Amino acid sequence: MKNKLKIFTNGLFKENPVLILLLGCCSVLAISVTVSGAIGMGLAMTFVLVCSNAVISLLRKVIPDKVRIPCFIVVIAAFVTLVQMVVEAYLPDLYESLGIFLALIVVNCIILGRAEMFASKNSLGDSVLDGLGMGIGYTLVIVAMAVVRELIGSGTLLGYRIIPEGYQIGILVQTPGGFLMFGIFMAVLIYVLGKHGKKFEPKIGCDGKCGACSENCRIRDVNETPAALKEQEVQS
Amino acid sequence: MIINVSPHIRSKNTTRRIMLDVIIALTPALLAGIYHYGWRALIVTAVSVAACVLFEFLYELILKKPVTIFDLSAVVTGLLVAFNVPSTMPIWQVIIGDLAAIILAKMLFGGIGKNFMNPALVGRIVMMFSFTTAMTTFAAPVRTFTGLFGIGADAVSSATPLQDTAQLSVNNLWGLLLGDYAGTIGETSTVLIVLGGVYLMIRKVIKPTIPVCYIASTLLFSFLFGGTEPLLSLAAGGLALGAFFMATDYATSPITNWGRVIYAVFLGLVNAVIRVFGNYAEGVTFAIILGNILVPFINEWTRPRPIGAAKAPKKVKKEAEK
Repeated sequence: MKNKLKIFTNGLFKENPVLILLLGCCSVLAISVTVSGAIGMGLAMTFVLVCSNAVISLLRKVIPDKVRIPCFIVVIAAFVTLVQMVVEAYLPDLYESLGIFLALIVVNCIILGRAEMFASKNSLGDSVLDGLGMGIGYTLVIVAMAVVRELIGSGTLLGYRIIPEGYQIGILVQTPGGFLMFGIFMAVLIYVLGKHGKKFEPKIGCDGKCGACSENCRIRDVNETPAALKEQEVQS
Repeated sequence: MIINVSPHIRSKNTTRRIMLDVIIALTPALLAGIYHYGWRALIVTAVSVAACVLFEFLYELILKKPVTIFDLSAVVTGLLVAFNVPSTMPIWQVIIGDLAAIILAKMLFGGIGKNFMNPALVGRIVMMFSFTTAMTTFAAPVRTFTGLFGIGADAVSSATPLQDTAQLSVNNLWGLLLGDYAGTIGETSTVLIVLGGVYLMIRKVIKPTIPVCYIASTLLFSFLFGGTEPLLSLAAGGLALGAFFMATDYATSPITNWGRVIYAVFLGLVNAVIRVFGNYAEGVTFAIILGNILVPFINEWTRPRPIGAAKAPKKVKKEAEK
């Protein structure tokens, strides 16, 4: 039970897809301008993540290894199309404000990344939990960023005016403001996760022991670039 | 006899002395700003300086870092931020600019000497994007001292000569050079800014390479692109202030001589392109910020070869890798 809970909570903070794994940043930067858009995007994302994780987990023994990426994409695209049609039919305003980014969920790295890193190797229940955790983690970040950006940048929250006209700092709802908030949120989360003055070192889905791992992720190779080798030489 | 480790001879230059020289060099332009745009120019500048120093102090206090406000660099940043805004700018907006300059551009990257962009220009860009109307509504000169305490004189806003080319005429050149036109607090009086720049060169705080190459290449490229009269575009707008006081910032300009030339010519090119083809009347800010980002690469490209080193170290490295 504890393990299951951990799979779920991983996505919330410790392996937050946006702020720690740095996946799917594009839609976060673009959509976190309004809170309503951010909530819609977060929900659409969570739905697609849970569904695609579930289906890919069920199909994991059927899908041949060599063509797994195209297979994942087809599954994801099916659910995205579904979401897109529903949103267009029932929430035309939201559909308008999300624009191209709704369709772009297909190629969002978070969903493909979870399919590749988790769903294709784990059972149905675990994959659904993982998708739910990652989806909520994404939603939390995009909504939190949207609250700050909309409140300070346009002076409103969910469209209601909070700060009087003329006292907003417009740069926050423009592109540079998105990058600024993204950096600040990342720094704050890393600071909060660090314990006893130690810096938080994110583990990207593994414990860094490449010898006992079947993954071909080449994390270890990062330490073996010419620059890193030279540095080790200098130190020794 | 006790022998210490080197260095044995230390330069008397300290950050504080250099910054003090910069402040001295900026003073004539500040006085001109107060003369042209009234006492509010002084208030804006004072608030900006105080805010910059306060933000740096608070940041260091909260994060328990050594307090560096006495090196006066925050004062210079505050002055430069104020120089970049019109005197009619609401005070709180200037303070937001100071916040961006000191916290975002300077302290978050480790404080003085570690910023990769000019803090004052980051402040200006944030204000430019956030408060576009206030930043481009320029006050017409009120000539404070001639009216003897023209405190009550209301500033009349009008377009800057860079936007309104009708004001740009050779007859008006002397007025433009002295800064007698609608503009920001500190960048209008080209003559006094150049005077300050020359003072810095005499005191060996800055070298002439960057300002001279920057201004010359801006004039050359605007001429080639068929822009406004080159001399007038020097006289009006922030080119002189940018060239002498912002492009020459130690931390954000190249360290090699050839690097400085490349950097300055690049600034001139970008500046001319923005002025002639772009939507903005002023290209100095974006040119310098863009140049700042390229500085590490320029340093790497122009790294001098040590005497006796192999001619093409890159080739040797490649063979060794094979």
